[in-house]
Amino acid sequence: MLTNFMAWMDKRLPLTDAWNKHLAQYPAPKNFNFWYFFGSLAMLVLVNQILTGVWLTMSYEPSGDGAFASIEYIMRDVDYGWLLRYMHSTGASAFFIVVYLHMMRGLMYGSYQKPRELLWIFGMLIFLVLMAEAFMGYLLPWGNMSYWGAQVIISLFGLVPIIGDDLTLWIRGDYVISGATLNRFFALHVIAMPLVLVILVFLHILALHEVGSNNPEGIEVKKKKGTIPLEEQSKFEFHKQYTDKYDIVDSVPFHPYYSVKDIMGVAGFLILFCWVMFFAPEGGGYFIEAPNFDPANGLKTPEHIAPVWYFGPFYTILRVVPNASLGAIAMFGSIVALFLVPWFDRGVVKSVKYRSKLHLLNLIQFSICFVVLGALGTLPATPTANLIGQIASLGYFGFFIALWFYSKNEKCKPVPMRISD
Amino acid sequence: MKNLIKAIAFGLVSLLSMSALASSSAHLDHANNDLTDKESLKSGFKTYINYCLGCHQLQYQRYNRTFTDLGIEEADGIENYMYTGEKSGDHITNAMPKKEAAAWFGTAPPDLTLEARLRSPDWIYTYLRSFYMDSERPFGVNNKVFKDVGMPHVLQDLQGVSSIDEHGNVTPAMGGSLTVEEYDVLVRDLTNFLEYVGEPSKLEREAMGVNVLIYLFIFFIIAYFLKKEYWKDVH
Repeated sequence: MLTNFMAWMDKRLPLTDAWNKHLAQYPAPKNFNFWYFFGSLAMLVLVNQILTGVWLTMSYEPSGDGAFASIEYIMRDVDYGWLLRYMHSTGASAFFIVVYLHMMRGLMYGSYQKPRELLWIFGMLIFLVLMAEAFMGYLLPWGNMSYWGAQVIISLFGLVPIIGDDLTLWIRGDYVISGATLNRFFALHVIAMPLVLVILVFLHILALHEVGSNNPEGIEVKKKKGTIPLEEQSKFEFHKQYTDKYDIVDSVPFHPYYSVKDIMGVAGFLILFCWVMFFAPEGGGYFIEAPNFDPANGLKTPEHIAPVWYFGPFYTILRVVPNASLGAIAMFGSIVALFLVPWFDRGVVKSVKYRSKLHLLNLIQFSICFVVLGALGTLPATPTANLIGQIASLGYFGFFIALWFYSKNEKCKPVPMRISD
Repeated sequence: MKNLIKAIAFGLVSLLSMSALASSSAHLDHANNDLTDKESLKSGFKTYINYCLGCHQLQYQRYNRTFTDLGIEEADGIENYMYTGEKSGDHITNAMPKKEAAAWFGTAPPDLTLEARLRSPDWIYTYLRSFYMDSERPFGVNNKVFKDVGMPHVLQDLQGVSSIDEHGNVTPAMGGSLTVEEYDVLVRDLTNFLEYVGEPSKLEREAMGVNVLIYLFIFFIIAYFLKKEYWKDVH
């Protein structure tokens, strides 16, 4: 019965074929480590955000008069509304945590290098859209920090020469942030951005499966056809799209090997996630900021306006440059630089494991600078904080510049042909 | 690899210490209130209705929800906690005209539904015990936690009023009907009630959290062994 149904379907839609190509017969290197959980976790959080988002939308009222009260309606009168809301708000921060770790993984193991440049670009586009999505979502509770945080970020567009003022007016739809701004942000947050996000994630995975997964060793597991004796190839059955062109070594089918492993990762992640969500949903004032329990008020500025923590690194780069326009350029540049990593890195050895000491140090200083920049973004700007921020910004940009110089003739360790056991 | 993990750990530690530095502000006394103490919540509710509601609404919270959560019978609630003829499904509001109120006090008295989440229970507890005499102010009192606050010391009949000398030392409150200890209990109950109102589902949330985490720990262990079973042949 089921077999007949599947046969009927397969004649009309390549269901079994797609299942095999992308899951049951997709060759994944057998040596994925801890860092390889974050891709599937990002997908999990995306699904969480979409599902809880749909249910929140059912009770949320996108208007200047009603938004704040409708959140409290969800928190009090909607059955398990508080749970939906906390899943969504904690999910937003969790999204950035897993995405930052996912990106760090890419940097460590050279997963952006040829032939994975486009895969990296899709990833960066996802990151960019995610930031826009999060920024617009943050306005929707219509709390005072939502309001003033949005005020600060939208005013950045005013720094664009000539059209700046008109541009901010166009974004806000009003002379100040108002119900009109809230309505358009709502539309973009619940329809436009998620749609783009899902399409980009689809392309990201399609591109990944075309070039194949990298791994902690940075050794390709798809070898030139005919170069590997049959007894040394992986014993599993892989989809012919891969085996027709390559000899596959040191790999396992994604399903069931990595699906069961990722389920374990999901369980571990959910323990941490639920810990925060059930016992500290404000995330120490970083996931839901205290001033946001005050309704938006254009006449009352919070004592200390800070964007949400996940924008911290980029916000600090903006803030520590003495000139506002140059600061905006630096902030823009800090994201462009990430896009261009595949071309800053002129090396051929992928994994940090086989690259020079210098590269390891460069990665370490980059991650420290990134974390410091993030922390400073949530703190008030004092002269000391500014100085530290300037040093960390230099470290941030220095990573890319140094990479460009040393990667050309880098002294790397010899990379083995095969992943050892 | 190991170094990288160390570096990230170092970064996280410095992040935490920085944020600890940033959050050190004015000293607040600990309320030590207890959301599971229904009697305390009821007493706080009563105080709120009698002393606070005239000016400060709880516009997002309903009477009947409060009755249910605090274990108050509906008939009892309507008789003893509702004075102005609302329905028990109504929000806890008052009839104070906003515009005039702003003229009377300098600013309209804010809604307090979320006050405990906005400022913290400790803040409320300390604030209500920090009024002192100040003849410069329109109502004759000022507050050590909220300088030049617009509101009078509404609980003055109960606490009495403190004064402050030129060195900034506060003398104990004089002339109230309650002792210092009794007043602290009253304010703690009120704080407790405001924390409850800030998030009525907090206890339910934490109770559910315990169950979810127990489930997830068991799930993790099963998932771990499932993974081990599948992977035992892979070399």
